[in-house]
Amino acid sequence: MSAARTIGIVVFPGSNCDRDVRWALEGCLGLATRFLWHEETDLGGLDAVVIPGGFSYGDYLRCGAIARFAPVLDAVRGFAAAGGPVLGICNGFQVLTEMGLLPGALTRNARLHFLCEPSPLEVHPGRSQWLRGYGEGESIVLPIAHGEGRFQCAPEELASLEANGQVVLRYAANPNGSVGDVAGLSNPAGNVLGLMPHPERACDPCTGGLDGRRLLASLLG
Amino acid sequence: MLDPAGEATRAAAARLGVDGVRRLRIGKAIELELDAADAASARSQLELLSDRLFANPVIEDWSLEMVDANGEQSA
Repeated sequence: MSAARTIGIVVFPGSNCDRDVRWALEGCLGLATRFLWHEETDLGGLDAVVIPGGFSYGDYLRCGAIARFAPVLDAVRGFAAAGGPVLGICNGFQVLTEMGLLPGALTRNARLHFLCEPSPLEVHPGRSQWLRGYGEGESIVLPIAHGEGRFQCAPEELASLEANGQVVLRYAANPNGSVGDVAGLSNPAGNVLGLMPHPERACDPCTGGLDGRRLLASLLG
Repeated sequence: MLDPAGEATRAAAARLGVDGVRRLRIGKAIELELDAADAASARSQLELLSDRLFANPVIEDWSLEMVDANGEQSA
């Protein structure tokens, strides 16, 4: 394991899972982290970037719509284009779709409720470097906590995502009406992952399951 | 595209006794005042805002109609 891996954690006004991600990475896995305030543009020295959950800019207009114009995300776009690992969790997934780093959009849950519960999932790691610790078709459980998690895209877009192996996480019991049971998507290169479930809340034995640990442990190299 | 808030409101309309609501969609209204040199410049700025910020073209359609101060449709 390389000694000095440092992971950037983006912090917007309204982010609320930034400290959970820090605990999972530092406390559970022994990685170093650096918070990146939304106005920062220097990603020097970082080995990966996590866009955590929350309500960036109050979710005004649409989830992720204002965040997309944050200076830090210009830098993240360049970082991802150069092959840097980028993970968007929950609101971070919404931000990645608004930025166009991942396709589709996350909309209001089909039955309107904010869902906060353990969610059974199927993993199809494909080329995702984040999911290489999981077996093809493996069943895991991660917590979900969202009001706007219903993934939507055009049918031909979904067919192309399926054909490219980009649907890397699926709900086993679709809780929110997402097309294709999509819970998480990878970009074609495999370095960008967006998912609605919260792997950082499944890393510490005191808070329940440990199924998220291998996802973040992919950063240990 | 499914509009869960619209569907829930339509169901509530029926519970109020108004059964004939066939379709109900809920959107949002954005009011803005914009300084622009002329109508063409206003239009291009509004198109940029609509396409890149106000609407997400993946899930929302938009169109722009220009009306002059007298309510007449203009360029």
